[in-house]
Amino acid sequence: MAEILQKGEKAPSFKLYATPDQKLALDELKGKNVILAFYPADWSPVCSDQMALYNEMREFFAKLNAQVIGISVDSKWCHLAFGDNRKIKFPLLADFEPKGQVSKLYGAYNEAEGQSRRALFVIDAEGVVQWSYLAPDGINPGADGIVEALEKIGNDK
Amino acid sequence: MSKLKPPVSDYDQSIGDPGSPIVLVEFGDYQCPHCGHAHPLVNRLLKEKGGEFLFVFRNFPLQEVHPASRAAAHVAEAAGLQGKFWEMHNLIFDNQDLLDDEGIFADFANQLGLDSEQLMRDMDSDDIQEKVATDFESGIRSGVNGTPTFFINGTIADYERTYESLMKMIEDAGQ
Repeated sequence: MAEILQKGEKAPSFKLYATPDQKLALDELKGKNVILAFYPADWSPVCSDQMALYNEMREFFAKLNAQVIGISVDSKWCHLAFGDNRKIKFPLLADFEPKGQVSKLYGAYNEAEGQSRRALFVIDAEGVVQWSYLAPDGINPGADGIVEALEKIGNDK
Repeated sequence: MSKLKPPVSDYDQSIGDPGSPIVLVEFGDYQCPHCGHAHPLVNRLLKEKGGEFLFVFRNFPLQEVHPASRAAAHVAEAAGLQGKFWEMHNLIFDNQDLLDDEGIFADFANQLGLDSEQLMRDMDSDDIQEKVATDFESGIRSGVNGTPTFFINGTIADYERTYESLMKMIEDAGQ
Protein backbone atom coordinates (compact mmCIF):
# COMPACT_ATOMS: atom_id res chain seq x y z
CA MET A 1 0.00 0.00 0.00
CA ALA A 2 1.28 3.47 -0.85
CA GLU A 3 2.64 5.69 1.92
CA ILE A 4 0.61 8.71 2.86
CA LEU A 5 2.11 12.10 1.97
CA GLN A 6 4.62 13.30 4.53
CA LYS A 7 5.66 16.61 6.03
CA GLY A 8 7.28 18.97 3.55
CA GLU A 9 5.46 17.63 0.49
CA LYS A 10 3.26 19.88 -1.61
CA ALA A 11 -0.42 19.10 -1.06
CA PRO A 12 -1.89 17.98 -4.41
CA SER A 13 -4.67 20.29 -5.57
CA PHE A 14 -8.19 18.98 -6.11
CA LYS A 15 -11.72 20.10 -6.77
CA LEU A 16 -14.57 17.94 -5.48
CA TYR A 17 -18.29 18.27 -4.82
CA ALA A 18 -19.03 19.70 -1.38
CA THR A 19 -22.78 19.96 -2.01
CA PRO A 20 -24.92 18.53 -4.81
CA ASP A 21 -24.29 21.61 -6.97
CA GLN A 22 -21.07 23.13 -5.67
CA LYS A 23 -17.45 22.10 -5.83
CA LEU A 24 -14.69 23.12 -3.45
CA ALA A 25 -11.06 23.42 -4.55
CA LEU A 26 -8.09 23.26 -2.19
CA ASP A 27 -6.71 26.42 -3.88
CA GLU A 28 -9.74 28.38 -2.64
CA LEU A 29 -8.45 27.91 0.90
CA LYS A 30 -4.99 29.41 0.29
CA GLY A 31 -4.07 31.66 3.22
CA LYS A 32 -5.70 29.27 5.68
CA ASN A 33 -4.43 26.13 7.31
CA VAL A 34 -6.43 23.15 6.15
CA ILE A 35 -7.11 19.92 8.01
CA LEU A 36 -7.90 17.16 5.52
CA ALA A 37 -9.54 14.20 7.21
CA PHE A 38 -9.91 11.20 4.89
CA TYR A 39 -12.24 8.57 6.36
CA PRO A 40 -13.59 5.23 5.14
CA ALA A 41 -17.33 5.89 5.00
CA ASP A 42 -20.31 7.96 6.10
CA TRP A 43 -22.52 6.28 8.71
CA SER A 44 -19.98 3.83 10.14
CA PRO A 45 -19.89 4.43 13.91
CA VAL A 46 -16.22 5.30 14.38
CA CYS A 47 -16.09 7.82 11.55
CA SER A 48 -19.20 9.45 12.88
CA ASP A 49 -17.58 10.02 16.22
CA GLN A 50 -14.51 11.41 14.50
CA MET A 51 -16.54 13.81 12.37
CA ALA A 52 -18.73 14.68 15.38
CA LEU A 53 -15.60 15.57 17.34
CA TYR A 54 -14.24 17.85 14.60
CA ASN A 55 -17.70 19.39 14.33
CA GLU A 56 -17.51 20.46 17.97
CA MET A 57 -14.04 21.86 17.39
CA ARG A 58 -14.86 24.27 14.56
CA GLU A 59 -14.42 27.37 16.75
CA PHE A 60 -11.23 25.99 18.19
CA PHE A 61 -9.84 25.29 14.72
CA ALA A 62 -10.93 28.76 13.56
CA LYS A 63 -8.81 30.33 16.31
CA LEU A 64 -5.85 28.49 14.79
CA ASN A 65 -6.77 29.86 11.33
CA ALA A 66 -7.74 26.38 10.20
CA GLN A 67 -10.60 24.91 8.20
CA VAL A 68 -11.45 21.22 8.59
CA ILE A 69 -12.61 19.18 5.61
CA GLY A 70 -13.79 15.57 5.53
CA ILE A 71 -13.27 13.39 2.44
CA SER A 72 -14.62 9.94 1.62
CA VAL A 73 -15.69 8.08 -1.50
CA ASP A 74 -19.37 8.49 -0.61
CA SER A 75 -21.45 10.43 -3.13
CA LYS A 76 -22.54 14.05 -2.68
CA TRP A 77 -26.09 12.89 -1.92
CA CYS A 78 -24.88 10.49 0.73
CA HIS A 79 -22.80 13.28 2.30
CA LEU A 80 -25.82 15.58 2.24
CA ALA A 81 -27.96 13.07 4.16
CA PHE A 82 -25.16 12.21 6.57
CA GLY A 83 -24.27 15.85 7.20
CA ASP A 84 -27.92 16.76 7.85
CA ASN A 85 -28.41 13.81 10.16
CA ARG A 86 -25.31 14.53 12.25
CA LYS A 87 -25.54 18.33 11.91
CA ILE A 88 -22.05 18.45 10.42
CA LYS A 89 -21.17 22.07 9.79
CA PHE A 90 -17.99 21.73 7.74
CA PRO A 91 -17.54 20.51 4.15
CA LEU A 92 -17.66 16.79 3.38
CA LEU A 93 -16.15 16.21 -0.05
CA ALA A 94 -17.16 13.39 -2.38
CA ASP A 95 -14.13 11.57 -3.82
CA PHE A 96 -16.63 9.68 -5.91
CA GLU A 97 -15.83 10.08 -9.62
CA PRO A 98 -13.28 8.92 -10.59
CA LYS A 99 -13.58 6.95 -7.40
CA GLY A 100 -10.86 7.62 -4.86
CA GLN A 101 -8.76 9.77 -7.21
CA VAL A 102 -7.87 12.39 -4.60
CA SER A 103 -7.42 9.82 -1.83
CA LYS A 104 -4.88 8.09 -4.11
CA LEU A 105 -2.97 11.36 -4.64
CA TYR A 106 -2.48 11.56 -0.87
CA GLY A 107 -1.63 7.87 -0.50
CA ALA A 108 -4.83 7.52 1.49
CA TYR A 109 -6.74 4.97 -0.58
CA ASN A 110 -7.40 1.37 0.39
CA GLU A 111 -7.57 -0.54 -2.92
CA ALA A 112 -8.79 -3.77 -1.30
CA GLU A 113 -11.78 -2.12 0.40
CA GLY A 114 -12.39 0.50 -2.26
CA GLN A 115 -12.53 3.30 0.29
CA SER A 116 -10.35 6.01 1.82
CA ARG A 117 -8.05 5.15 4.67
CA ARG A 118 -8.33 7.05 7.95
CA ALA A 119 -5.60 9.58 7.19
CA LEU A 120 -5.13 13.09 8.53
CA PHE A 121 -3.20 15.92 6.90
CA VAL A 122 -2.49 19.40 8.23
CA ILE A 123 -1.68 21.68 5.29
CA ASP A 124 -0.31 25.17 5.90
CA ALA A 125 -1.44 28.42 4.28
CA GLU A 126 1.07 27.94 1.45
CA GLY A 127 -0.29 24.50 0.57
CA VAL A 128 2.50 22.40 2.09
CA VAL A 129 1.83 19.33 4.23
CA GLN A 130 3.09 20.09 7.75
CA TRP A 131 1.85 16.94 9.50
CA SER A 132 0.24 13.68 8.50
CA TYR A 133 -1.00 10.65 10.36
CA LEU A 134 -2.52 7.33 9.36
CA ALA A 135 -4.84 5.78 11.94
CA PRO A 136 -6.05 2.18 11.94
CA ASP A 137 -9.41 1.98 10.12
CA GLY A 138 -11.37 1.20 13.28
CA ILE A 139 -9.84 3.84 15.53
CA ASN A 140 -10.89 7.45 15.86
CA PRO A 141 -7.56 9.32 16.07
CA GLY A 142 -8.94 12.24 18.07
CA ALA A 143 -7.59 15.74 17.54
CA ASP A 144 -4.55 16.23 19.78
CA GLY A 145 -2.09 15.63 16.93
CA ILE A 146 -3.92 18.12 14.71
CA VAL A 147 -3.89 20.80 17.40
CA GLU A 148 -0.19 20.31 18.11
CA ALA A 149 0.63 20.58 14.40
CA LEU A 150 -1.46 23.74 13.99
CA GLU A 151 0.13 25.37 17.03
CA LYS A 152 3.59 24.52 15.71
CA ILE A 153 2.73 26.27 12.43
CA GLY A 154 1.59 29.31 14.43
CA ASN A 155 4.78 29.35 16.51
CA ASP A 156 7.15 28.92 13.57
CA LYS A 157 5.80 32.01 11.84
CA MET B 1 -0.11 6.64 25.13
CA SER B 2 -2.18 9.77 25.54
CA LYS B 3 -1.46 11.83 28.64
CA LEU B 4 -3.79 14.02 30.64
CA LYS B 5 -3.18 17.72 29.94
CA PRO B 6 -3.26 19.72 32.12
CA PRO B 7 -2.87 17.59 35.27
CA VAL B 8 -5.60 17.51 37.93
CA SER B 9 -5.76 20.66 40.07
CA ASP B 10 -8.04 22.54 42.47
CA TYR B 11 -9.93 23.82 39.42
CA ASP B 12 -11.36 20.31 38.94
CA GLN B 13 -14.51 18.80 40.45
CA SER B 14 -13.34 15.91 42.58
CA ILE B 15 -14.65 13.39 45.10
CA GLY B 16 -13.05 10.58 47.11
CA ASP B 17 -9.73 10.76 48.92
CA PRO B 18 -7.91 14.02 48.06
CA GLY B 19 -4.72 12.67 49.62
CA SER B 20 -4.62 9.48 47.55
CA PRO B 21 -1.87 8.99 44.96
CA ILE B 22 -4.45 7.23 42.74
CA VAL B 23 -6.42 9.65 40.59
CA LEU B 24 -9.14 8.56 38.16
CA VAL B 25 -10.40 11.16 35.67
CA GLU B 26 -13.48 10.78 33.48
CA PHE B 27 -14.22 12.95 30.45
CA GLY B 28 -17.97 12.75 30.12
CA ASP B 29 -21.05 14.16 28.41
CA TYR B 30 -24.30 14.23 30.40
CA GLN B 31 -26.37 13.27 27.37
CA CYS B 32 -24.10 10.50 26.11
CA PRO B 33 -25.72 7.08 26.65
CA HIS B 34 -22.33 5.42 27.21
CA CYS B 35 -21.60 7.89 30.01
CA GLY B 36 -25.04 7.11 31.41
CA HIS B 37 -23.98 3.46 31.41
CA ALA B 38 -20.68 4.23 33.14
CA HIS B 39 -22.20 6.48 35.82
CA PRO B 40 -23.57 3.79 38.20
CA LEU B 41 -20.37 1.80 37.68
CA VAL B 42 -18.26 4.77 38.82
CA ASN B 43 -20.57 5.36 41.78
CA ARG B 44 -20.28 1.71 42.81
CA LEU B 45 -16.52 2.05 42.61
CA LEU B 46 -16.66 5.19 44.78
CA LYS B 47 -18.83 3.35 47.28
CA GLU B 48 -16.55 0.33 47.47
CA LYS B 49 -13.14 1.91 46.94
CA GLY B 50 -13.76 5.62 47.45
CA GLY B 51 -11.35 5.73 50.37
CA GLU B 52 -8.54 4.63 48.10
CA PHE B 53 -8.66 7.06 45.17
CA LEU B 54 -9.69 10.49 43.99
CA PHE B 55 -12.28 10.77 41.21
CA VAL B 56 -12.40 13.80 38.90
CA PHE B 57 -15.08 14.61 36.30
CA ARG B 58 -14.20 16.83 33.34
CA ASN B 59 -16.84 17.96 30.86
CA PHE B 60 -16.66 16.90 27.24
CA PRO B 61 -20.09 17.82 25.83
CA LEU B 62 -20.73 17.05 22.15
CA GLN B 63 -23.50 19.57 21.80
CA GLU B 64 -24.29 19.11 18.09
CA VAL B 65 -25.33 15.50 18.68
CA HIS B 66 -26.46 16.06 22.28
CA PRO B 67 -28.24 19.44 22.34
CA ALA B 68 -28.70 19.61 26.13
CA SER B 69 -25.22 18.36 27.02
CA ARG B 70 -23.53 21.73 27.41
CA ALA B 71 -26.39 23.28 29.40
CA ALA B 72 -26.32 20.23 31.67
CA ALA B 73 -22.58 20.70 32.19
CA HIS B 74 -23.16 24.36 33.06
CA VAL B 75 -25.91 23.44 35.53
CA ALA B 76 -23.74 20.90 37.32
CA GLU B 77 -20.86 23.35 37.59
CA ALA B 78 -23.23 26.09 38.76
CA ALA B 79 -24.65 23.74 41.42
CA GLY B 80 -21.02 23.34 42.53
CA LEU B 81 -20.98 27.03 43.46
CA GLN B 82 -23.74 26.17 45.94
CA GLY B 83 -21.76 23.17 47.17
CA LYS B 84 -23.79 20.52 45.38
CA PHE B 85 -21.86 19.60 42.25
CA TRP B 86 -21.94 15.84 42.84
CA GLU B 87 -25.59 15.83 43.90
CA MET B 88 -26.50 17.60 40.65
CA HIS B 89 -24.11 15.41 38.65
CA ASN B 90 -25.89 12.31 39.96
CA LEU B 91 -29.37 13.74 39.47
CA ILE B 92 -28.61 14.67 35.86
CA PHE B 93 -27.27 11.22 34.98
CA ASP B 94 -30.12 9.50 36.80
CA ASN B 95 -32.59 11.49 34.68
CA GLN B 96 -30.60 11.48 31.46
CA ASP B 97 -33.64 10.86 29.25
CA LEU B 98 -35.39 14.00 30.56
CA LEU B 99 -32.68 16.56 29.80
CA ASP B 100 -34.39 18.00 26.74
CA ASP B 101 -37.51 18.84 28.78
CA GLU B 102 -38.33 22.49 29.32
CA GLY B 103 -37.70 23.66 32.87
CA ILE B 104 -35.98 20.45 33.91
CA PHE B 105 -32.96 22.20 35.42
CA ALA B 106 -35.07 24.45 37.63
CA ASP B 107 -36.87 21.30 38.71
CA PHE B 108 -33.54 19.67 39.59
CA ALA B 109 -32.52 22.79 41.54
CA ASN B 110 -35.70 22.60 43.58
CA GLN B 111 -35.23 18.90 44.26
CA LEU B 112 -31.77 19.65 45.67
CA GLY B 113 -32.94 22.67 47.65
CA LEU B 114 -30.77 25.05 45.64
CA ASP B 115 -31.42 28.72 44.95
CA SER B 116 -32.85 28.20 41.48
CA GLU B 117 -32.59 31.83 40.29
CA GLN B 118 -28.99 32.04 41.37
CA LEU B 119 -28.29 28.74 39.62
CA MET B 120 -29.78 30.00 36.34
CA ARG B 121 -27.68 33.18 36.55
CA ASP B 122 -24.53 31.25 37.37
CA MET B 123 -24.91 28.74 34.57
CA ASP B 124 -24.67 31.56 32.03
CA SER B 125 -21.78 33.30 33.77
CA ASP B 126 -18.37 33.70 32.14
CA ASP B 127 -16.69 31.67 34.87
CA ILE B 128 -18.89 28.63 34.36
CA GLN B 129 -18.75 28.85 30.56
CA GLU B 130 -14.98 29.06 30.82
CA LYS B 131 -14.80 26.05 33.15
CA VAL B 132 -16.69 23.85 30.68
CA ALA B 133 -14.71 25.18 27.70
CA THR B 134 -11.44 24.60 29.58
CA ASP B 135 -12.48 21.02 30.33
CA PHE B 136 -13.33 20.45 26.67
CA GLU B 137 -10.01 21.87 25.50
CA SER B 138 -8.19 19.70 28.01
CA GLY B 139 -9.96 16.69 26.49
CA ILE B 140 -8.87 17.64 22.99
CA ARG B 141 -5.25 18.12 24.06
CA SER B 142 -5.32 14.85 25.98
CA GLY B 143 -6.44 12.89 22.90
CA VAL B 144 -10.01 12.25 24.01
CA ASN B 145 -11.89 10.99 20.93
CA GLY B 146 -15.26 10.22 22.48
CA THR B 147 -16.99 9.76 25.79
CA PRO B 148 -16.54 8.40 28.31
CA THR B 149 -12.73 8.41 28.31
CA PHE B 150 -10.89 7.58 31.52
CA PHE B 151 -7.37 8.50 32.64
CA ILE B 152 -5.68 6.78 35.55
CA ASN B 153 -2.81 8.73 37.11
CA GLY B 154 -2.54 10.85 33.98
CA THR B 155 -2.49 8.07 31.37
CA ILE B 156 -5.40 7.06 29.18
CA ALA B 157 -6.99 3.85 30.46
CA ASP B 158 -8.67 0.85 28.91
CA TYR B 159 -12.34 1.11 29.81
CA GLU B 160 -14.35 -1.85 28.55
CA ARG B 161 -17.81 -0.70 29.63
CA THR B 162 -17.62 -2.93 32.72
CA TYR B 163 -17.25 -2.43 36.45
CA GLU B 164 -14.32 -4.85 36.41
CA SER B 165 -12.36 -2.73 33.94
CA LEU B 166 -12.78 0.32 36.22
CA MET B 167 -11.80 -1.69 39.28
CA LYS B 168 -8.72 -2.95 37.44
CA MET B 169 -7.59 0.64 36.79
CA ILE B 170 -7.64 1.37 40.52
CA GLU B 171 -6.00 -1.92 41.48
CA ASP B 172 -3.23 -1.67 38.88
CA ALA B 173 -2.50 1.92 39.90
CA GLY B 174 -2.24 0.88 43.54
CA GLN B 175 0.44 -1.72 42.92
